Parts: sequence; structure tokens; C-alpha cells
Amino acid sequence: MNYLLGAFKPACNVSITFSDGKNRKQVPMKKENGQTALVPLFHSQDTISGKVCIDPYQGKKVEHNGVKVELLGQIEMYFDRGNFYDFTSLVRELDVPGEIYERKTYPFEFPTVEMPYETYNGVNVRLRYVLKVTVTRGYSGSILEYQELVVRNYAPLPDINNSIKMEVGIEDCLHIEFEYNKSKYHLKDVILGKIYFLLVRIKMKNMDLEIRRRESTGAGANTHVETETLAKFELMDGTPVRGESIPVRLFLAPYDLTPTHRNINNKYSVKYYLNLVLVDEEDRRYFKQQEITLYRLKEDTSS
Amino acid sequence: MLSSIRLRCSASYGLRSYHLTNMRAFDELRKLEIFFMEETRRGCSVIELYELVQHAGNILPRLYLLCTAGSVYIKTKEAPAKEILKDLVEMCRGIQHPLRGLFLRSYLAQISRDKLPDIGSEYEGDADTVTDAVEFVLLNFTEMNKLWVRMQHQGPARDKERREKERGELRDLVGKNLHVLSQLEGVDLDMYRDTVLPRVLEQIVNCRDEIAQYYLIDCIIQVFPDEYHLQTLDVLLGACPQLQPSVDIMTVLSRLMERLSNYAALNAEVLPYFLQVEAFSKLNNAIGKVIEAQEDMPILSAVTLYSSLLKFTLHVHPDRLDYADQVLGSCVKQLSGKGKINDTRATREIVSLLSAPLEKYNDVVIALKLTNYPLVVEYLDNETKRIMATVIIRSIMKNNTLITTAEKVEALLELIKGLINDLDEPQGLEVDEDDFEEEQNSVARLVHMLYNDDTEEMFKIISILKKHFLTGGPKRLKFTIPPLVVSTLKLIRRLPVEGDNPFGKEASVTATKIFQFLNQIIEALPNVPSPDLAFRLYLQCAEAANKCDEEPIAYEFFTQAYILYEEEISDSKAQVTALQLIIGTLQRMHVFGVENRDTLTHKATGYSAKLLKKPDQCRAVYACSHLFWLEDHETIQDGDRVLLCLKRALKIANSAQQMGSNGQGSAGSVTLFIEILNKYLYFYEKGIPQITVESVESLIQLIKNEESMPSDPYAESLFASTLQFMEFQKQKGGAIGDRYEEIKV
Repeated sequence: MNYLLGAFKPACNVSITFSDGKNRKQVPMKKENGQTALVPLFHSQDTISGKVCIDPYQGKKVEHNGVKVELLGQIEMYFDRGNFYDFTSLVRELDVPGEIYERKTYPFEFPTVEMPYETYNGVNVRLRYVLKVTVTRGYSGSILEYQELVVRNYAPLPDINNSIKMEVGIEDCLHIEFEYNKSKYHLKDVILGKIYFLLVRIKMKNMDLEIRRRESTGAGANTHVETETLAKFELMDGTPVRGESIPVRLFLAPYDLTPTHRNINNKYSVKYYLNLVLVDEEDRRYFKQQEITLYRLKEDTSS
Repeated sequence: MLSSIRLRCSASYGLRSYHLTNMRAFDELRKLEIFFMEETRRGCSVIELYELVQHAGNILPRLYLLCTAGSVYIKTKEAPAKEILKDLVEMCRGIQHPLRGLFLRSYLAQISRDKLPDIGSEYEGDADTVTDAVEFVLLNFTEMNKLWVRMQHQGPARDKERREKERGELRDLVGKNLHVLSQLEGVDLDMYRDTVLPRVLEQIVNCRDEIAQYYLIDCIIQVFPDEYHLQTLDVLLGACPQLQPSVDIMTVLSRLMERLSNYAALNAEVLPYFLQVEAFSKLNNAIGKVIEAQEDMPILSAVTLYSSLLKFTLHVHPDRLDYADQVLGSCVKQLSGKGKINDTRATREIVSLLSAPLEKYNDVVIALKLTNYPLVVEYLDNETKRIMATVIIRSIMKNNTLITTAEKVEALLELIKGLINDLDEPQGLEVDEDDFEEEQNSVARLVHMLYNDDTEEMFKIISILKKHFLTGGPKRLKFTIPPLVVSTLKLIRRLPVEGDNPFGKEASVTATKIFQFLNQIIEALPNVPSPDLAFRLYLQCAEAANKCDEEPIAYEFFTQAYILYEEEISDSKAQVTALQLIIGTLQRMHVFGVENRDTLTHKATGYSAKLLKKPDQCRAVYACSHLFWLEDHETIQDGDRVLLCLKRALKIANSAQQMGSNGQGSAGSVTLFIEILNKYLYFYEKGIPQITVESVESLIQLIKNEESMPSDPYAESLFASTLQFMEFQKQKGGAIGDRYEEIKV
């Protein structure tokens, strides 16, 4: 029986540790089962190095056809489940075929890895980086171990950052002019602006500013578009009169935002919009959507 | 804690409960503020806190939190107060819902109140000056007012009344800002004149809302110091004509003037400033403009305005009568073309307008100098004219004002015409009898206040009075003639005795003339049904003529009196009284020659005998006996006729007794006998030879006999005291005592 049981159990314990694991920043990441786990954070051009440790269970030996570690960048479309698309794949062979009787450690290193895309966890699509250790075995299936990574890339301050200014309206009913101070915001930025009321002939209940994320996946006829409202921020309560100007000050920090992603590997795009919504007393909604670009600014080292 | 605030924005409350909830929330927020304060002391960055509270998605709680955090922020002084205040007041724009916005901003005003960078405040610094504080409050005020005004225009029209009521309850939230401004140390006169007032007025004028304009203008007037108002009068007044026509500007201006007059009254030293800024002319102009601007302004408002202005000028420029007159003039101009005023409140206002100078100067003479005064009176209806006249008279009486010239009297009479004449009114409503009497009595009293030492002037006064009184109609003459006559008689008494004119000046006023005049006056009386009064006055005049040695005149008066007696006085009781009066007066007359006197006395005795009742006859006859014996006048000492009268009286008494014994006993006649005895004694004492001891004795005997019959206590006591008197005279001794000694009882 023992033998039998042992046959179904993995013969060894595989673990991956990073050489700078103690110092590396860790960020929370939502796993598939809904729990969050802390995952080490990397940036593009980082060197990913560490050790793979294979520790056979007591009195067992591991026969294998080789040990390798891979760094994979994958895009996974949920509607096309199980179909990964690896846009990055680096391999290090760690061991030639043989047998392992006792704990064995293999160092590995991927120097200055190009990781052009950020980790992203969307509604229909997921982009992830993962270290995959494979202990290849011929007859009883390979032993696999994964280690997730989070990759975030900083963007420089944009050269051109115009404000968004626009006059919109419904004839003889409502005319407003709105202004947001920029068109590109970093993730901890503050949106400042003003809404001028040029003509008000309807009775309003409130005015909100929404941040919407539009995720489009696939291409051509297969495009799936998913829009989520991430923030709903009330700007105004009640009906203003002509000539009023309502201030806008929206802190982005509290919301779970990502940078804008455009056409990542021809697979998906993530765009953000500011949606100004006016609700009248009969709950009709008047809105105007404006795209904004979000980017990740290198944070102060202190914070 | 925060959930309660959040709760609030979701539910829609009625105003009252909203108010309550708010109060509770304010309390909670105060706790929160303390909590925030502690947090920052524990090392939590206030800047982060300030940001953190802005993450709230719902605007109302967010802004409440922001204000609270802002308050803590200012306290920590990590940023200039002005920046934070500016940010707060700006962010609050997000609430455009009037009610919620008002409360939010009122909360902001409340927490910022002790944190304004006022002069002397700990928050004042290089970057923060009082200008910023003022700017902040003004901004908040402006926004609050806008919200408040907007309430009026929201919701269905049928709720208008309820909305106005609600707004009324909320107005103090707005007004509080002005109060805060007035409390700022740094708001001095310059600041007030250059910044605060123009900005506030601009807002008030521009909001075009009647409730707000009325309340806020009033607020300005009430919260800022008087001297500011004085110095900025033209600015403040300049705004008035720009207000909505429906604004009750009169109340506002009245209050302003009231304040200023009180200010002037309490601080005499500021009066020069009033002159310096020409307060009066400014106010006058302003009122003119307001009235012009508001065409359909009710007459009431206009009058009230003038009334206040008049009070103001009386207080502030008591010496400038021309100002007061000017006010009245403007008022007349305003009233002209409107006809008589029918609005009762307006009339009341005019009465108070007209009373003001009287109260102030306590001297009607000054009021008489105001040429426009009577013109204003013209616009009153008759009823009110009467009231006004009574007021004037009361004032004269109260202050004992003597009116000394004919001119003034003329003016005064013109004023109180309502009392003197029947006005050409439709005889619709009858004046209450009592009121009428009251009024006429006061006119009568007034006559005595018109007085001049100079007889000529006095005569003029009287002539004027006569002219006016005679037009007064029958009802009034009864009241007005007697004082006039009395007054005239007084004048006569003061006339220099004829020939005793040391300056040789021809006196234009002679007694004769006056008597003629009197005659004319009194003649008017019998035409009205008050012959009795005329009769008495004739007798009075006769007596006065007697004093002046004007025999023919006196005779004439008597004749008139007799004629009246014969023709008009028919009631027997009245006759008795009248006769007594005749006898009394006649007895004192000494001007008459023998012939005239005989005629008159004869007539009088004749009347006596013709009285209806025996006792009356008896009494009148024995009274007549006095007509024949005047102690000081040798010419009028006719003992025979005295005796004749007394005997006649006895005879009448006798016949009265006989009639009585047939009837109800003789008690009355005994009294008569005793009374006659008293007369006998009187004349006996005087030593008239015709009254003998025997006649007295026999009379006493007669009475004693009668006494035995059942008698009444009155007669008994009368007789007893008569006897006692005789005894007393005996005791006294001397010539009279001797005479009494002779009487044997």
C-alpha cells in the first residue's frame, strides 16, 4: 500500500527562492481562487536570479530526464480557456538526466530580462509572468512548480500633457463646459478640473465623475469589449444655475487602477475614460466620456 | 459616526427634521474634529488626513469631512489659513442643492469663525491678513445667499407659501455671515466702506429676490455700527432704489432712520458728523428716489417713510425747522393727486407724522410755522382730521402753550377746522355723542389758551374765533360760545377805564364795541335750542356792562334776557332757576337809573308772582324783596316795597298752607314761614324802619302755632336754628344785639 500511495505522491518537494527575495518588494496579487498572496515585484530589465531546490522525500529517489527552469510571459484569454500565448519564454537547463537522492540546489539567473508588458488581471484576459520549474520524467509525468511574478513598468513623465477642455450640450436644455487639467495622469495623481454650467433648463439631482475601464480583447470579429466602472465620485448635489462652476478634485490613489495598455501583443487593450454623468430628477442620465491616459510614475524611493 | 452623515444625504427630510439632524450631525462632527486633532498629535500627517477625507465618493459627507479636517488643518498652522479657507469655500460649490448647501456652508462658517485671520487673531500672519478673512466670509455669504434665493424658484408654484416660510426660517443662516463680518476687528470704517459694503450690496441688489433684499438690507442696518452707516449713507441709500419694487423698503429705511436718530440722541457729540455728511438731504433724496422708482408703492409706505424721516430730522436737527417743513412739503407732493386717503393704516401714519413735531417741540407754535403742515392735514379724511385736531389741542393743553397772535390763531383754527366746522361730508356716519362732546369741550378749553396781553391783539383773536365759531353750526355753538364770551368778558375787564388813557391814544377797542360784539355772539344762541345758555350769558354780560357803567348796554342785555325768559323758558323748574338768576344779577346792578331799574324790578316781581307753584311763588317773591334794598346804594333803599314783597310772600305762604291743609298737610308751608321769618330778620337787622318788632314777633308766634301741628323734622330744625341765631345775635350785643333784644319771643 505504501508503495502504491507513494507512487501517486510527488516524489520530491520543489521550491524556488530568489536571491534577493528578502529585499525585493512584494505586492499583493489576487489568485485564481480569490485569495490574495504576496508576490515579488519585478521591473523590466531586472535580473531574475535565484535557486531551485529539489528535495526528495525521505528514502525516495527521483529519476528524471533533466531539470529546467523557464521564465514565461503569458497572455491568457478567458473565453479561450486554457489557451495560453507565451510572448516571452526563456529556458535554463539546470541538470542533465539522472537521479536525485538527496536535496539538491540549482542556482539560476536570467540577466536583464526584457519584460515589456505589465502584469494584468482583467475581466477577460490575464497577463502574467511565471517561473516554471520542470523535472522531466519519462513515465510518471513531469513534476512542475510555478512561481508567479508581478511586473510593473514605470513610464517617464509625458512630454505633452494637454488639458481636456470641451463644451457639450443638448440644445436649449443643457450646455456645459468641462475642463480637466491634464489628459495623462499617473496612478497617484489628482484630477483637477471645473465644470461650467452655461445653460441649465433641466432639474438635476446630481453629477458624478466616473472612471471607467474599457478592456477589449481579441481582434476583428472576435473582439470582446468589457467596460467596468471603477470609481463613482459625486461632484455635485442639486441643480446649479447658469454661470455656476463646480470644482473637480478626484484623487486617483484609492482606486485599483492600472496604466493604460494599448494593443498588448495584438491581444488586448486596456483604456481608461473619465465619464461625466449628470442625472436629472427623472433619473435620466446625460453623460460625456473622455479618454485619459494612465501611466505608472516611478515612485519615490522613500515611500 | 460617519454613517449618520451619510444617512442624511440619502434620505430627504422635511426642513425641520433636517435641521434637527443637522444639529446632531454638527455635534458629531465636533467630536470628529477632536478625534482628528488627537490623530495629528499622535503623528498622523494632517495633510494626508486632508487628502484622505476627500476620497469619500459621496459629496455631502465628503465636504463635511473636508471642512472638519480643514479646521484641524488651520489649527495646526501647517499651511496658511487663507489657502485652506479659500479651498474650502471653493469646494463647497459642489453642493448646489439649496437646503443642503446652506447647511454645509453654515457649518463651514461655524467652524471657521474662530479661525479667521482677523487682526489680533493667532491666525493672522504674513500671508494671512484680515483682507483674506473678509474675502472668505464675503464669498461664503454670496454663495449662501445665492442658494437661499434659489430655494424660491424650485418646486411647484403651489408650494410658494410654504417655501417662503421655510426660507424665513433659514434666513439667519445667511445673515450670520454679516454678523461675523461685523465682529471682525479688522473691519474698520475704511474696510467697510471700500470692500464690505459695496460687495454685500452688490450681492443684495443682484439677487433680485424680495425676501433676501429685505432681510439682508435690514441685517446690514442692524449689525454694523451706526457711525459706519452715517459715513456710508449715500452708498447704502443708493442701493435702495435698485431693489425689487415689492421690497418693503419703507420698513428698512424707517429702521435705519430710527437707528440714526437714536444714535444722535444718545451721542450728542456725533451731531456734527450728521451735518458733515449731510445726512438729512441724503435721506431725503433717497426717499424721493425710492418713491419714484416704485411707482405703485402704497401710500402707506410713502407716508411711513416721510414720518420716519421727519422723526429723524427732528431728533438730529431740532434747530432746522426748514428741514421738517421740507419733509412735509415732499409728503404733500406725494399725496397730491391721490385725493383723500382711505387706507386706515396710512391715516394712522399721517397722524403720527403730524404728531411728531408736536411731541418733539412741545409747542404747537412751532408746528404752526411749518407752512406745509396744514396742507398735509388737508389730505386726511374728516374723521381723522378731528382726531388730529384733538391731538393738537391736547398738546397745547399739556404744555400750557399760549398762542398769542391773531395770525397764529388763524393758522391754528385752520388746522383744527375739523372740530370747528361741519365739514362738507356726506352725513353718512354719525359721530358718537360722547366723543363729540369731548371734542367740543377740548375746543372750549383751547379758547382759554389763546391769549394776548395787548387788548387790541386779543380783540383780533376773539374776532377770528367768532368768525370761525359762528360757522360751526348749531351743535357746536353750545360749547364754543360760552368760553368765547367768558374770554371776551375777561378782555373787557382788562380794558383801561375810559378817559384814563395817559398816552392819549385813541383806543380802537372800546367796551361798547366789545359789547356789541358780545351781543352778536349771543344772539346766535337762541337760534339753536339752547336759550337757557344764552339767557345766562346775557346776564353775565349785563353784569360786565354794569361794571363798565354802560347803562344802555346793560339794559339791553337785560331786555334780551327777559325776552328769552318770556319766550323760550317754559319749564317751571327752569323758570325758577332763571328767575333766581335774574334777581341775583339785578340785585347787583347799580348802573341803572331809577326808571330803568323800576321797569326791570317790576318785571322781575311780576315774573315771580306768575310762577306755577305756590311755594316757588312765595320764594321768588321774598327774594324779590332784595331788589329794593341795596345796602351800599342809598338810592335803592325802599323799605315799603321790601315790606310789600314780604307781606305778599306771607300771603302766598298762607294760601299755600290752606291748599296744603286740604291736601297733604302743611309741613311745606311751615318751612316757607320760617324762611320768610329769616328774611324779616335780615331786613330787621339792616334797620329798615318798615320792618317792625311787632311784625317779627307776630310771625314767630304764627310759626309756633303752626309748630303744634304735625310737622316735619326739617322745618323744626330750621326753626330751631333760626331761634338759636337770634339768641346768638342777642348775645353779641352792640347795635344789632340791641335790636334783637327788642324781639320778645
